[in-house]
Amino acid sequence: MARLDLASKLGSWLRFAALIGAAAVLAAPSFQAAAGVDKPKLERGKGERCVEDTDFMRRNHMQLLKHHRDETMHRGIRTTKHSLKGCVECHASEKTGSVAATKEDFCMACHTYASVKLDCWDCHATKPMAKKPAKTEAAAEAKTSPLMANTQNGGAKP
Amino acid sequence: MSQPVRPEDKIENGERRAFLAAGAAVAGTAIAPGVLLYGMAQAKPADQPVSAKVRWGMLIDTTKCATGCTECVTACNTENSLSGKTGPQDSQWIRKVELKNLQTGARHSLPMLCQHCEHPPCVDVCPTGASFRRADGIVLVDRHICIGCRYCMMACPYKARSLVHENLTDQNPEVPRGKGCVESCTFCVQKVDRGENTTACVEACNAAGHKAMLFGDLNDPESEIAKTVKTYASTEVRADLNLNTGVRYQGI
Repeated sequence: MARLDLASKLGSWLRFAALIGAAAVLAAPSFQAAAGVDKPKLERGKGERCVEDTDFMRRNHMQLLKHHRDETMHRGIRTTKHSLKGCVECHASEKTGSVAATKEDFCMACHTYASVKLDCWDCHATKPMAKKPAKTEAAAEAKTSPLMANTQNGGAKP
Repeated sequence: MSQPVRPEDKIENGERRAFLAAGAAVAGTAIAPGVLLYGMAQAKPADQPVSAKVRWGMLIDTTKCATGCTECVTACNTENSLSGKTGPQDSQWIRKVELKNLQTGARHSLPMLCQHCEHPPCVDVCPTGASFRRADGIVLVDRHICIGCRYCMMACPYKARSLVHENLTDQNPEVPRGKGCVESCTFCVQKVDRGENTTACVEACNAAGHKAMLFGDLNDPESEIAKTVKTYASTEVRADLNLNTGVRYQGI
């Protein structure tokens, strides 16, 4: 009986050891990955804080942008809080002036890390709007002029 | 006005004037809501959707449009960051067209652009719903949905649309454009939504002193364009198609 007991105890110990070993082998690649790729370092945007909490923005910025794009495109709603233009204005890099010019820029830093391709910048500008010069006199005059006020004889050829 | 007054009394003691003034006051209140609504439509708050109470339109007086002048085209290219090239694969949102009536010899010069139809054929044929007409009458392409099939380009009787064939850079942040999408004149929707109520081409035409183009709300009886359209004859191009275009022409 004593022998049998010892054998069964040894067997269970061996099984336990094997389990530990297997777990270590399985876990190894994930440890390696965590050690091998640095988490993206994001440049801090301008201003006090983002329009929403950072955690919320990480998970939901795409939904906000998609919702806002449809509202703007189809219904002409042009609030700035969740607009892509607003994102670019705050998050454009100080070095490149862009959100997607290099892999370190705000959008690309995370999207490169997560391997998610971005189509936004095929069409949208990655740089904020250049500051417009003050309105020219011609433009001001055009606004106030009585347009077409002197149209005569039904616009027919004179 | 506490005691009933006979009409002859009114005239005699000068109360007729008071009566007329009261009538005018009533008319004023009746007009006021309309005026208020119009004011709201013009300076739309950013969080409000566009309204069907407005119908943006353009009136082009071909008798004032100068032959050879391309100010409107240049201004459009600058505003919307178009290349300005006129090859078969280049985007042209507005083109100058020179016409000659072979019978009479009469010549016309006019800009041709998206006519912003009430019943746009481009919207009818779009298989994805990318081509659409906004409530205020501006016909647009939603590039997020456009697959670049170019069916709308074939359907448009005015040859107003272009496909972007190559990758683009340095777009105007307010005018996103990109490869693989169809595009056309937007009536400078970015300016309109800001409440400027004008377009780049119209501004340029006025600045050049021709004043051949007029932009405004066709539904607002007080607007310059509505008054002009009401007073003088104007026509649609291909009126036979019954598209009720937003762009109208004088003198053709």
